[in-house]
Amino acid sequence: MTLLARHAENLFWIGRFVERAETVARLLEVGSRNSLLPNSSGGFRNEWESVLQASGTAGQFEAKYAADMRERNVESFLFFDADNPSSVASCIGSARENARIVRTALTSQTWDALNTAYQEMQELKRTERSKLSTNDLIDWTLRTGALIRGTIEDTQLRIDGYDFLNIGHYLERADSTARLLDVKYFVLLPQVDFVGTGLDNYQWRTILRALSAHRAFNWAYGGEITAAKIADFLILNRRAPRSLITCAEEACWHLDRLARGYEQTTEAQTQARNLVAKLSGIGVEDIFDEGLHEFLTRSIGEISQLSAVISEVYLIGEAR
Amino acid sequence: MLEKPIYFNEMGMDGAVRPPYAGLDTWAANMPEEFRNTKQSEAEALFRRIGITFAVYGEGGDPDRLIPFDMFPRIFAADEWRKLDLGVKQRAKALNAFLLDVYGRGEIVKAGKIPGRLVYQNEAYEKAVVGIKPPRGVYSHIVGVDLVRTGPDEFFVLEDNCRTPSGVSYMLENREIMMRMFPQLFRQNRIAPVENYPALLRRTLDSVAPEKCEGAPTVAILTPGHFNSAYYEHSFLADMMGVALVEGQDLFVKGDFCYMRTTEGPKKVDVIYRRIDDAYIDPLCFRPDSMLGVPGLMNVYRSGGVAIASAPGAGVADDKAIYTFVPEMIRFYLGEEPILNNVPTWQCGKPDDLKYVLENLKDLVVKEVHGSGGYGMLVGPRSTKEQIDIFYAKIVENPGNYIAQPTLALSTCPTFVEEGIAPRHVDLRPYCLVGENIELVPGGLTRVALTEGSLVVNSSQGGGVKDTWVMAE
Amino acid sequence: MRLQVNHRTSYTFDPPMRGVAQSLRLWPSLFDGQAVLDWHVDIEGAIRGANFRDGAGDLIETATFLGSVETVVIDVRGTVETTDLSGVLRGHREKVPPLAYVRRGPFTYASNAIRELAQKAVAGAGNPLGQAHALAEAVGEAIAYTPGETDAKTTASEALEAGRGVCQDHAHTLVAAAICLDIPARYVTGYLHAEGGIAEASHAWAEIYVPDLGWVGFDASNQVCPDERYIRLGSGFDSIDAAPIRGVSQGRGTESMSVDVTVLDANQQ
Repeated sequence: MTLLARHAENLFWIGRFVERAETVARLLEVGSRNSLLPNSSGGFRNEWESVLQASGTAGQFEAKYAADMRERNVESFLFFDADNPSSVASCIGSARENARIVRTALTSQTWDALNTAYQEMQELKRTERSKLSTNDLIDWTLRTGALIRGTIEDTQLRIDGYDFLNIGHYLERADSTARLLDVKYFVLLPQVDFVGTGLDNYQWRTILRALSAHRAFNWAYGGEITAAKIADFLILNRRAPRSLITCAEEACWHLDRLARGYEQTTEAQTQARNLVAKLSGIGVEDIFDEGLHEFLTRSIGEISQLSAVISEVYLIGEAR
Repeated sequence: MLEKPIYFNEMGMDGAVRPPYAGLDTWAANMPEEFRNTKQSEAEALFRRIGITFAVYGEGGDPDRLIPFDMFPRIFAADEWRKLDLGVKQRAKALNAFLLDVYGRGEIVKAGKIPGRLVYQNEAYEKAVVGIKPPRGVYSHIVGVDLVRTGPDEFFVLEDNCRTPSGVSYMLENREIMMRMFPQLFRQNRIAPVENYPALLRRTLDSVAPEKCEGAPTVAILTPGHFNSAYYEHSFLADMMGVALVEGQDLFVKGDFCYMRTTEGPKKVDVIYRRIDDAYIDPLCFRPDSMLGVPGLMNVYRSGGVAIASAPGAGVADDKAIYTFVPEMIRFYLGEEPILNNVPTWQCGKPDDLKYVLENLKDLVVKEVHGSGGYGMLVGPRSTKEQIDIFYAKIVENPGNYIAQPTLALSTCPTFVEEGIAPRHVDLRPYCLVGENIELVPGGLTRVALTEGSLVVNSSQGGGVKDTWVMAE
Repeated sequence: MRLQVNHRTSYTFDPPMRGVAQSLRLWPSLFDGQAVLDWHVDIEGAIRGANFRDGAGDLIETATFLGSVETVVIDVRGTVETTDLSGVLRGHREKVPPLAYVRRGPFTYASNAIRELAQKAVAGAGNPLGQAHALAEAVGEAIAYTPGETDAKTTASEALEAGRGVCQDHAHTLVAAAICLDIPARYVTGYLHAEGGIAEASHAWAEIYVPDLGWVGFDASNQVCPDERYIRLGSGFDSIDAAPIRGVSQGRGTESMSVDVTVLDANQQ
């Protein structure tokens, strides 16, 4: 069964939107935990601003709330806001709309998982806000994401459509890990002297927690939390399910499957392999030599470039 | 026919239950209210979960609105269905013969059976396909015939739908949901299955592939897109048939053929089941501003590179002005007497008819010739004087745009309502497939007017749907 | 008369388009008034196909360009031997019933002014042929031939109101006037070898259906029926439906077009 280029794009975006919804929920968690700390690193305002900066939506937030960075506003903006295309509600809505378009390529279980998520979100929107805690919203999003992912893994046929779902998923996840790591950069930006202090550790720990990786980290590294260990874990460790290198390898693996199925290798496979090779060939000290923020910014650029090539090669469907 | 109507209740009158409904009366009557409510919300949840929703044109509001589903089935006995089966197939055959004729030699016009101006000056008559013979000579591959019943043996055809009749997904999903909720009913009653409809549709579409197609044809459904109110149906049918669901932007013309853009490059398409109107199919042939269509598709079609179902131009057969002549078509092309009757119809374009219509507006149903979906329609007996006056003026201004029919005493079928079970008016749309063979699955879409006394069953006007059973022989 | 045609149409897109599709109606009609000696349509870089003769007797072909398209050049060259049949389209094979043309479209919608002009013209004009002549004459008089006053989007009603226009406006108005009287009429495109008079080598006129004679051409711009100086290409409801080149392009580029046509008497070369 042939796959329409436009439908492959829908699948790719389902993968991306589901992961993006999770990322936003994880960012909310980072913000909410960081803000529980005493006002010492630039203040309450700073915690939330860093979250908005990392999600790339600070400008939109400001336009809407004129920098009134109350927790409730940020939460509304990141979770419910229909005007924010990256809010959890928007992501779930977009994932479900893409699924509706491409129903024919999804199993009924996958459709069911996505549609149910959407219906539940409608229900949450109708619920009085005082009855919803931030933690409930975050938990719901992570649980929903896991359910959708699990259904995809469990029920989708292993054909090209499955690969596009996963390529979208892993590229978005790579992007998300890079952005979450970068939150640290924004949080610390005002006062560099905090490096290595208790507060510093607390913030790192929060990021690990947001990535559901704090226990895995302890198990893998143990002892003191240092920036170097964290960077190694979230960027270069193949055992970490969200590390950049894991995401790049998974995306590469699915691209290779496509090339085998279509009996044609393209620029997309070449670029994906280059990305994996680059990440395999460096150590954590190279990252800090370049500067963590600079490295992450560059990585985000490379991921988006790979995404553009995939789009060019597979999702536009120009005569080849 | 114009006296105060006495409605035929399909379950039976005055306490006597007609055979096909035997057992169902007690089933419904003995259903505890709580159980019924649980089942009703279960059905709703199922519909919502599968995503079968309906957007009402121009009303805004919730795009995910459900068409109300009534759990009380509408039932036909085997012998009742036999007549409908023959009658609908006869009609579908005659309509296709008519289309082939009026785009060819025009014998029926030459013979003086239908005025040429009604056919050739008709908006739906496509000059662009004159002389083009579609594969197997079929223009309308899916004919939806809207029927109403007025008595045990009286059926009338309200209108024909030769372009792209919608609603068949409801026929299939209603059955699916009934079987899931009330399996014991299906064990107790022998109900003919409808679930092979998608397979028959696929076979029908395969059978009309153009001669230039070698090997197994590639079929695609062309949809206007996911904002269309019938998108669910388009994707449902694509899924059930295992064919691609394409939008105009997914197709392009190259040389003698039409291709779809896939992740592996272009793939030739042989049969397009289009769910968009003629006017939007191809900006190089019809509306130049169409963004939904495929530039050059009509040239590929006309040169035999692709088949289009329904064929462009098929709409001239289901026009309300042509409707009057369908019995004549049946006699002319098939040499048979019509099995199903037309509703007597007055053409407001004719002076005598116009006079009668204007004098009797309060008793008549008036429709726009090109209208559909219950819009632009007057139901005289259920309208205020003001509404009638407004319509009066509209008809006088452009008489040719209106036809009128008597208010039919539509049959009723028991329906679950708030107070329990009550009769509500119903109609029926079976879906006839025309390709190498003519096929009709035993069933159709029953629409029900949920408001007490209402005769308007359109889903856009608050109508609901029911599962339609045909008892197996 | 032996007419030699050179017709080049060039389209330029800036920035380039992602694809272009065209439907071509560029081949001389087959009827007793013209015999094609040679005829070539060349388009560099085009994928051509899907050709057929439609119900109105016109040969139609499809040209598509895939990928980035900067320019499209359509070259038409050929020689046709013509005979004066006083506008009568004798021996033309077509299947479309004349009644199919009695349909108002966006260009041929009859305003009250057109309706009045039409009714006045046919009053006392005698038989259908006389009426057709009267209509053509009335339209020619009501709209003065004036290039540059109207454009491709001008409707019949607008042209009549302005009282000025070019051959396209004359043809649209004549079609509108005829069909508002329920007389079948259509828009025709072709070439004209013009010495003096109104010089539009790429030309348009109207045909009116006259019982017993069939379709008869009327050129309201020149107040004649097409003779041996005319080459007929095709017909349709209006200028868009009958267009010799009808195209759609994908992309955001702006299109500029230039046309270069000469129609010469081959015997004087």
